[in-house]
Amino acid sequence: MNALKRIALLAALVASAAWAQGNLEINTPAISQIKSGMQARHAQLAPHYASGAVGLGADGAVALRDASAVPLAQRQAVQGLVAQENADRAALYREIARANGHPEWEADIRNTFAQRWIERAQPGWYVQSGGQWSRK
Amino acid sequence: MNRPLYALLIAAAMLSGCVTINIYFPAAAAEKAADRIIDEVWQLKKEQGAKPEGNQP
Repeated sequence: MNALKRIALLAALVASAAWAQGNLEINTPAISQIKSGMQARHAQLAPHYASGAVGLGADGAVALRDASAVPLAQRQAVQGLVAQENADRAALYREIARANGHPEWEADIRNTFAQRWIERAQPGWYVQSGGQWSRK
Repeated sequence: MNRPLYALLIAAAMLSGCVTINIYFPAAAAEKAADRIIDEVWQLKKEQGAKPEGNQP
C-alpha cells in the first residue's frame, strides 16, 4: 500500500516535470488578438526591416535604428508603427507569462523571444547584440 | 512515535520538489512557443525541420 502510494507520487512528479517542459499555453483570446495585430502590421514593417531603417533589438523589441533610410514624409508613420509594435510585443510577453500562471516569467519570455526573432530574421535585416547593430 | 515527523519531512520534501519544478522557467517550451508565434506573425512556412515536434523525453 505504502509502496503503491510512493510510486503514484513519483509518477505524479515525473508527469508534472514533463508537463513543465512540454508546452506553454499560447492559445488564449488575448494572445490571439495581439498576434493578429502584429501579423497585420508586419506587412507594413517588412520593407523597413529590409531597408535597415528598423532593426530587431536585443531586448525583444524593434527599434528605428536609421531614420534616414525612410523618406521624410513617412518617418512619423514608421515611428508610429515601431511604437505600436513594441506595445504589442510587451503585451504579448506579459500575456504569455500570465496565461501560464507565472507573471514573473515575463522577462524570461521576452529574452527568449529576443533570441528567436534575431535567429529567425531574414538575411539583410539588422539585428542587435551587445549594443551593436549588425546586418544578417 | 516519530512517524508523524517522518511523514511531515517526506511531505515537505515532495512539496518543495513540486514547487521547484513549477517555478523553473521552461526554456525549451518557451522557445517552441516563440517559434510558433513568430511563424504566424511573420507568416513563415515550416520549411526547416530543425525542430521536430513531439520528441520530448
